[in-house]
Amino acid sequence: MEFLTITQDLLQGFGITCLLFIMTLILAIPLGLLFAFCSMSKISVIKVPTKIFIWIIRGIPLMLFIFVIYYLPSLLADGNASLNIFNTIDLKMTIAAGSNELLWQGRFLAVLIAFVINYACYFSEIFRGGIESVSQGQYEAGYVLGMTKSQVFFKVVLKQVIKRIVPALSNEIITLVKDTALANAIAIPEIIKCAKDMASSQALIWPLFYTAVFYLLFVGVLTVVLNRVEKKLSYFKA
Amino acid sequence: MAYLEVKNIYKRFGKTEVLKGIDFSMNKGQVVSIIGSSGSGKTTLLRCLNFLEIADAGTFSVNNKVLFDAENQKALTDAQVRENRLHFGLVFQNFNLFPQYSVLENICLAPKLQAKERADYKANAKQINAEIEAKAYKLIDDVGLSAKCNAYPCELSGGQQQRVAIARALALDPEILFFDEPTSALDPELTGEILKVIKELAQRDMTMVIVTHEMQFAAEVSDQVIFMDGGVIVEQGTPDEVFVHPKSERTKAFLSRYNNA
Repeated sequence: MEFLTITQDLLQGFGITCLLFIMTLILAIPLGLLFAFCSMSKISVIKVPTKIFIWIIRGIPLMLFIFVIYYLPSLLADGNASLNIFNTIDLKMTIAAGSNELLWQGRFLAVLIAFVINYACYFSEIFRGGIESVSQGQYEAGYVLGMTKSQVFFKVVLKQVIKRIVPALSNEIITLVKDTALANAIAIPEIIKCAKDMASSQALIWPLFYTAVFYLLFVGVLTVVLNRVEKKLSYFKA
Repeated sequence: MAYLEVKNIYKRFGKTEVLKGIDFSMNKGQVVSIIGSSGSGKTTLLRCLNFLEIADAGTFSVNNKVLFDAENQKALTDAQVRENRLHFGLVFQNFNLFPQYSVLENICLAPKLQAKERADYKANAKQINAEIEAKAYKLIDDVGLSAKCNAYPCELSGGQQQRVAIARALALDPEILFFDEPTSALDPELTGEILKVIKELAQRDMTMVIVTHEMQFAAEVSDQVIFMDGGVIVEQGTPDEVFVHPKSERTKAFLSRYNNA
């Protein structure tokens, strides 16, 4: 009985974990593509700041960056970190909903922003590597056949890029699954936070270890899906 | 009036002057071979003529239509450059087939994309695409690859890939087909099949410009041979004039190096 209720509690936390994962993935991929194009730009006022930005984001721990996003807007607004805008959102939502427990959507927004920017930077470097690895000859072959630049990119280059980046991207996506645990730094009730709460309130340590099962299953499914994508693109060599 | 007129083409990369005033012309249906050692500028010339490099000075025209004039090249829109470059086809040294497309798709891709710009495309899409494919099958047959229509480039030998590349260039009906060392990336036993295809094209009066290191082949197939060295045309004439009775010392030295090799 206890096992079932604990599984249910953890599943709730795991829902938030999955939500953070999916939303980060959906938003970070297009943003990463934008960063990639900016970092390859011939215009240095676009290229240099993008490169510096990517260096900073990749250079600091994601947990620190979460704190920066969480505290910085309030500090900049009135120099008072205790009036946190993300917490204020949560409080107002909690009151409006008449809930007994503090809602987490405001802080989730802070974490999501941090994750999306952080992962967009990593993705952008993978995209850049993929795009630059396609030989100039492919572009030239398209151009002499009278294709436009966008036709060359979308009809000729893109699929070759995707094929080349799938292994590196898979790695990053799997890392993202586990990085979601960092959200508990600002008390988002994701699965690790749920298990930790059980440890402190009910003196149970095994649920914390039990969370590994959720991660393993999720990563297992992802691995199968990503392998399938890789296999689907294996019909050609690029 | 000559069919292709190339006048006074100059091109430099940084401080290196690669082309120092290239002039030549050719008639419709002729085959011109350009020979010369590496670094003589022959590939750069071909790239300039195909708008892959923009020459610093000079002009060229086909059939009295000016395709390139360094003076007002910047004024041209992308669409105009695309239109101009479609007068020519280019076959690359390393084929540059699109790896994710089958032989048939490689050949049909560009014609199908172009067909979409036609005003009557929406009404006749099916028929237009069927025509493009029928033509592609014919071209594949011409280069002797009927059995490989649905193969992917990675499943083909280098020689087969190059034959597909030739068919792909022909699918757009270029007025002049350019070859940039079409056999240089191939094993010696595979060069024959490419040279055979080019010879067949010559017999059908395809206008062609071939940059090549195959002297024997150049002598057999060309109406005119151009020897380039140091960014200039040193000598040009019939194969007999250039290969058998070269006037310039540089030509003689180049040819003797080849004959000894």
